Amino acid sequence: MPARVVVLGGGVGGTLVANLLKKELKQDATVTVVDGTGMHLYQPGFLYVALDQANALWLTRDERTLLRKDIDLVVERAVKVDPAAQTVTLERGGTLPYDYLVMATGSRLDRDAVPGYDGTHDFYSLDGALRLREELRRFKGGAIRVGVAGIPYKCPPAPVEFVLMLDEYLRKKGVREKSTVTLLSPLNRAFTIESASKLVQPIFDKRGIDLVTFFNVETVDAVQRKVTSLEGETADYDLLVLVPPHRGSAVVEASGLGDAGGWIPTDRNTLQHEKHERIFAIGDATNLPISKSGSTAHFEAPVVASRIASLVKGTAPKTAYAGRVMCFLETGGGRATSLRFDYAHPPVPPQPSRLWHWAKWAFNRAYWITVPQGRVG
Amino acid sequence: MTVTPEITPTRSIDARGMACPGPLLNLIGAIRAGQPGDVIEVLSSDAGSKTDIPAWVAKAKHELVAVIEDAGFVHFVIRKTH
Repeated sequence: MPARVVVLGGGVGGTLVANLLKKELKQDATVTVVDGTGMHLYQPGFLYVALDQANALWLTRDERTLLRKDIDLVVERAVKVDPAAQTVTLERGGTLPYDYLVMATGSRLDRDAVPGYDGTHDFYSLDGALRLREELRRFKGGAIRVGVAGIPYKCPPAPVEFVLMLDEYLRKKGVREKSTVTLLSPLNRAFTIESASKLVQPIFDKRGIDLVTFFNVETVDAVQRKVTSLEGETADYDLLVLVPPHRGSAVVEASGLGDAGGWIPTDRNTLQHEKHERIFAIGDATNLPISKSGSTAHFEAPVVASRIASLVKGTAPKTAYAGRVMCFLETGGGRATSLRFDYAHPPVPPQPSRLWHWAKWAFNRAYWITVPQGRVG
Repeated sequence: MTVTPEITPTRSIDARGMACPGPLLNLIGAIRAGQPGDVIEVLSSDAGSKTDIPAWVAKAKHELVAVIEDAGFVHFVIRKTH
């Protein structure tokens, strides 16, 4: 009898692991993807939409077109997992039994966690990116502050990329002279990876982008137009763009599978739930203190697929996740750098170049026909 | 897990080998999510943590309880004071 594998979430991690698993196991497993909307969203594109470099048509595809035809797709929200009974309960009351479960449930934004958040912009959602785009189209000059209102958050480089690309946008619009651009960094430098921070700081200085350090956004006063940090400082703004707080998905919390933030306690190498060996977690959904990014899910998915396949076949596991992540970091002006690292090797980012900018552009454009299907490693 | 005979952390984060988002950001997230009185331990193999973590803890007015060297990494133990 074929093993039953259920994958919750049709994002990059869920789609890729489902495709890889079915390819390897064929008739030895049934693979079912459960996704609440049936639409696959390319989140790295939000930045470009917000800054009017792309439109939103590019960002979404029908998940059915990204999955192998021999994979079942259930378009419905999963509301609860019962690890003892090995079942998933769906929103309309049906249940799916599983032998192995992959939690690729991502993260969700929790704007309500920031007192006074209303009126603040973000580029962390489709509607946020579209709304910010229209606001920036109307912008005639003033103080723009970009900050972080919760940790962890997806794509640690994104606030840095946003301010560098925003600077360029304002120059092209002819309002840069009438504006100030400030990155409110939660850290004591622009970016968490020190070597990358050293690359971007001279660019900040040259372009007149201000950096305020150790500023972790706690509250917003939209009437007075002030943002206050948990370190006790306040900044005025005309336009405020924040990375909203993130939390784990509702199904994780409803099932008691996660920690206080809704993140799943996950083994850093096997990617199994620390308490339930038949449940795996990938991408944003884990509690691992690594970056929440598509890249992480992309490199974790083959490990999960391989390890589940080994369990189904009764063979020894062949691979483990070694912490591999690869990110681009746009630095504006048609240049970018790359960040490649794993648990044993810290990143050594090259000087920003047009090559890496075009590599990121090519990756973005080719995503739909390469990554979810497992055509690029 | 006990860091010393006297201290049992409320939460321990093993950030060894994890360049991004890095031990300090993980600590800030844990402090934000925790309750006053919580003791957070972060394991870091990143050399910069020895200056970064104490600097933020001081700025945010929490308590740096202990910094304990181990084989190739350091235990940072912080109490959330408010």
